[in-house]
Amino acid sequence: MSSKETHKPAVQTTGHAWDGDLQEFNNPLPRWWLWAFYATVVFAVIYWVIYPAWPLGRDYTKGLFNTITYETSDGRQVETHWNTRARFLREMQAARAKQEQILQRLAGVPYQEIAADRELSAFAYSMAKVLFADNCAACHQSGGAGVAGLYPNLADDAWLWGGTYAEIEQTIRNGRRGFMPSFARALDEQQLDDVATFVLSLSGFEVDPEAARRGGAIFNGQAGGCYYCHTHEGTGMTSQGAANLTDAVWTVARVQATAGVEANKEAVKAVIRKGIQREMPAWAGRLDDTEIRILTFYVHQLGGGQ
Amino acid sequence: MEQPAYQARIPIYPRSVRGRFRTAKYAVLVLAYGVYFSLPWLPWPRPGAPSQAVLFDLPGRHFYVFDLTIYAQDIFWLAGLLVIAALLLFFVTGIAGRVFCGYFCFQTLWTDVFLLIERLVQGERNARIRLAQAPWGPEKVLKLGATHLLWLAVAFVTGLTFTLYWGYAPELARQFFTGAAPFPAYATTLFLTATTYVMAGLAREQVCTYMCPYARFQGVMFDQDTLVVAYDERRGEPRGKPRRDLLARESRHGAGLGDCIDCGYCVQVCPMGIDIRNGLQYQCISCALCIDACDRMMDSLGWPRGLVRYTSARALRGEHTRWYKPKNLGYGLVLLAAVAALAWSIGHRSSVEMAVRQVRQPISVTLSDGREQNRYEIKINNKTSRPAVYHLVLEGLPGAELVVEGGAVFRLAPEASTKALALVRLHPKDARTSRMSFHFVLVPESGEGERRAWEAVFYLPPWRLEAGR
Repeated sequence: MSSKETHKPAVQTTGHAWDGDLQEFNNPLPRWWLWAFYATVVFAVIYWVIYPAWPLGRDYTKGLFNTITYETSDGRQVETHWNTRARFLREMQAARAKQEQILQRLAGVPYQEIAADRELSAFAYSMAKVLFADNCAACHQSGGAGVAGLYPNLADDAWLWGGTYAEIEQTIRNGRRGFMPSFARALDEQQLDDVATFVLSLSGFEVDPEAARRGGAIFNGQAGGCYYCHTHEGTGMTSQGAANLTDAVWTVARVQATAGVEANKEAVKAVIRKGIQREMPAWAGRLDDTEIRILTFYVHQLGGGQ
Repeated sequence: MEQPAYQARIPIYPRSVRGRFRTAKYAVLVLAYGVYFSLPWLPWPRPGAPSQAVLFDLPGRHFYVFDLTIYAQDIFWLAGLLVIAALLLFFVTGIAGRVFCGYFCFQTLWTDVFLLIERLVQGERNARIRLAQAPWGPEKVLKLGATHLLWLAVAFVTGLTFTLYWGYAPELARQFFTGAAPFPAYATTLFLTATTYVMAGLAREQVCTYMCPYARFQGVMFDQDTLVVAYDERRGEPRGKPRRDLLARESRHGAGLGDCIDCGYCVQVCPMGIDIRNGLQYQCISCALCIDACDRMMDSLGWPRGLVRYTSARALRGEHTRWYKPKNLGYGLVLLAAVAALAWSIGHRSSVEMAVRQVRQPISVTLSDGREQNRYEIKINNKTSRPAVYHLVLEGLPGAELVVEGGAVFRLAPEASTKALALVRLHPKDARTSRMSFHFVLVPESGEGERRAWEAVFYLPPWRLEAGR
């Protein structure tokens, strides 16, 4: 390998030596590296000119030839120097314009058509989830689970005020006032007990048949007058927001099949004694028509609808 | 000796050469250019999608490669492909050295084309050196200008072609020249035009020596048995110019001279500007052009070829090169396994995907008829380029009813997805436990397509289960 040495150019070292023989080459940098360095300097200067860069006390350089125009939610055109917030607002504006088309369809077509069109219904579902979380979930809980006795469960198929699209839209638009009078003075303890027994018998609980018969007489007679709203069969009346007492859903009384007849009777008695006074506000002024339609579609779908 | 802080590039003017390896390299070049430049224009009938054989549709999240459609969720195949490429590099480099650098790397391919242009316009090595040293004049301006213009043209076509892979080529090309193409198309083309021009025209061998990591780390895969382009020192040294009195090889040997006539051809043809006779150097890209050069010289002298040849360090010492060794076999096996795994994964890709997400708030509600209801948000994705119709059914949950808004039949456009809310209802008397695993099953309507199942769980509050007993 003698030729190898003769052809190798002499290399300068820094002159330092460690551990006796460790030396550091002092090779020149390639010229292109220097150019690349100058290029980054030029880039930085151009950046300073175009983008916000230098702090000036309470102010800063805004950047030249680089403005962003966006529209605010109330339709004003705003032109500002380059900044990420304005870019975000402009992107949001573009996204709104994209949604506009599908929102117009949602506003115009009948509900059945939304349900039949998977693209429309998927969009409505996604959008309604957000609307519901923002406006409805405070009372009805996320997913419409409700709170027994206070806020109806929207995820089941029992509809106090009717479960058709029109009825649900009516409910959201104008609100509802749920009312059942207190029977604490009208009925004595024994009568309360009998009525509660009768109500439990309606949905198939094993109860004392004699007490249930007495309770039925109060329910359907002048003493109680429950049938005015709950009907003689106990199936309820959506025009009054009166619950169906014959099904398995308990929207107010905390009745559980495993709790035992006595405990359940107490739960029903508590409701009859106190009555119900609850209110859902009207949303017509707070949500626009399209939003109400989207929410109607969503709530209808939650429990399977009617 | 004082050195400058910065060193300008030492210009290299490679001389042309003809021979076996040059021919092979041109064949690779023609093949690579043919594929690269024509692929975006190759039509491929594809219902419901752009009819372009290879199309990377980023906004649509679809990569089309002939009959294969790759979705965003399949992108791990790209990782598999990269693993295979890396293993192939290790395997080949361990056996045959920097084959990739010398024959297949786009830096080598494009530099070859730029050198061809240079030679076409300015002439052979000597003419180019003369031109470079000549004072500026009309001829120099004309020739250098023409060279750079042609380089820019090739660079532009290269950049534009790359861009055409990312859109429907005929439409995108028309838009490009009418000013209607999207900004990224112009930016990509401009960027690649610039980099091609700079890398293949101006930077050249500096890319390999200073910038490229692959060039450097391939050296660690070398061993005593790796094929390298090497100068046979034992045969060539001591080198000496041919002498009129020592024309025959035997008389030359008799005078104590080796076979190297020190003609310098091997140095002149080297695109990296090195002298292969100095031994294996990190700059060498194994392009083998010095072999062609030396072989031509030997042929003209009537001496045997191979003074510079593909050989291994062990063979140069006079021993036999060993091919079957754990390193090569290991790389080969892992490479085969990776290829097999990727092929299996692509071969067993499904034509439909479904995602099932249980709504957990509320997780379960009681219905008026006493049944319990769970809700599931489902998303179905048709991964074929044909329309598909699937029926969604339940399996493993006897007595349960499935209710889907809009019906349990899903009509999917090609490569489209759909979302729906599925309600599952079950009476507590039909329940076995409070957590029951079952399957959502997609059944293709027309026998065509596959039947696939996804697991889900039906939840029932324990007290409801008790009440059902």
